[in-house]
Amino acid sequence: MSQASTEIVRISGHAGTVPGAGLNREYQVCKLVDTTTCIGCKACEVACLEWNGYTFSETTFDNTYQTMPETAWNYWNLIKFNEHERADGTMMLLMRKDQCMHCADPGCLAACPADAAIVQYANGIVDFQEEHCIGCGYCMTGCPFNIPKFDPPSRKVFKCTLCNDRVSVGLEPACIKACPTGCLHFGTKPEMKELAETRASHLRENSGFPDAGVYDPAGVGGTHVIYVLHDAKNPELYGGLPKDPRIPLSVRLWKGPLKWLGNLAMVGGIVGMALHYMRFGPKKEEPIPPNENSDERRV
Amino acid sequence: MTTDAVSRSSAANQNEETIVRYTFFERINHWLGAFSYIYLLITGLAFWSPYLYWLAAIVGGGPAARFWHPWFGLVFTASLFVTFVQWRGDMQITDADRAWGRAIPDYIKNEDDKLPPVGRFNFGQKLFFWGIFYGLILLLLSGVMLWYTETLPWSLRFVRYAAILIHASVALITIGLFLIHVYMSAFLEEGSFGSMILGRVTRAWAWTFHRTWYYQVIGRTQPSSSLPKR
Repeated sequence: MSQASTEIVRISGHAGTVPGAGLNREYQVCKLVDTTTCIGCKACEVACLEWNGYTFSETTFDNTYQTMPETAWNYWNLIKFNEHERADGTMMLLMRKDQCMHCADPGCLAACPADAAIVQYANGIVDFQEEHCIGCGYCMTGCPFNIPKFDPPSRKVFKCTLCNDRVSVGLEPACIKACPTGCLHFGTKPEMKELAETRASHLRENSGFPDAGVYDPAGVGGTHVIYVLHDAKNPELYGGLPKDPRIPLSVRLWKGPLKWLGNLAMVGGIVGMALHYMRFGPKKEEPIPPNENSDERRV
Repeated sequence: MTTDAVSRSSAANQNEETIVRYTFFERINHWLGAFSYIYLLITGLAFWSPYLYWLAAIVGGGPAARFWHPWFGLVFTASLFVTFVQWRGDMQITDADRAWGRAIPDYIKNEDDKLPPVGRFNFGQKLFFWGIFYGLILLLLSGVMLWYTETLPWSLRFVRYAAILIHASVALITIGLFLIHVYMSAFLEEGSFGSMILGRVTRAWAWTFHRTWYYQVIGRTQPSSSLPKR
């Protein structure tokens, strides 16, 4: 909802109030994925490909419903299947739509060295600007969800945009439009959070899923894609959704203490050497004392 | 003209005479390493801090810097390997070096006459060499992981985490060594920089800074009077 950028708050030479002032909605957007009503039809995958102009990728058969192991640079949305046997011996086919989570505290953005290659909009969307991408792959190291994917020929990294191009003109993301069961919802973060919590409490109270809950991990500041899970205590069951995703410790050390320590050491070293020169001056050769002179010329 | 005057004049001439310190091939290799390191430094610092990202612009922009950085890393590796083959023997640390190392405050204060005589390279130069040598091994291993980071499967992501931290930390250590090296050779010790260009130093320079080596080169035993007055 990047109308935020074009919403007028002041007008020159204008009598009266600004038209539309005070009418703004909550601008933080959110996609809700209710894994409990997903049937794994993959319509969202097709819609994603169609809207973004990619073709269906080749599938790999691994004796399950999984069509390919993970998302790709040109395949941003993939249903992760897991045949899960429960403690009582019954089987559940867990399906989760995997895509960029649009973290409030994005590890990709923290790790990226290229000016303006990754931006976070006020509405919460984290978007890659490929024209500024240098192809270093640091975002792949920073992301706790294995989302950014490298395209070797173009040497650029790609991922789900949360259909920023659609959202910015007031449309829902393409995947939302395609979902036949209504397991995908799109709206503001508080609305989606409320809807998700309501659904989770129904699952706990009426459907025999006492551990049902909402996945909105705090370790990355919350996400702009949230899940309803039957078993929120074991998110790993859903195609490896991390339990407590965080920006990796090494990335935080590298971008935090190491950066300050390194900068201080480099600047301190240069200053120190300048001071040393000013205090002690250059080392000069000294003439060889006559008694140590040699007549031998062997060089 | 007294005998004394003649001898003094001859001494002055000898002081100005030059001897070979670095062969042509050693110098070529040094500058291959130096320029590839400077390229790596410029591009590496561009990736290190947003405030230094402009450095990428002077070598063709971010994508070009990212593309060439690993290749220049290989050039630097090749150069350092040649250096290793050339100087491995001269770089062995001896007891004399350790004695010199203990007297390093005198060296810092430019009181070089108090230092024990050293061979072709002093202890500081040897530490520099081995620091860069072992640093490069770590930079190379972590660098390859970062070069082809997309080929590492998600289950091996800890390799990425380790590589990114090792590469930056070790690079900083080599930058420290590099800065000291540049300061000492280009500014502090007069005659050093020129010796890496034309390969020659004066006898007086060699006698002052690398006395043991000087006597080896001229083929004379080191007189006991040249040992440090302590």
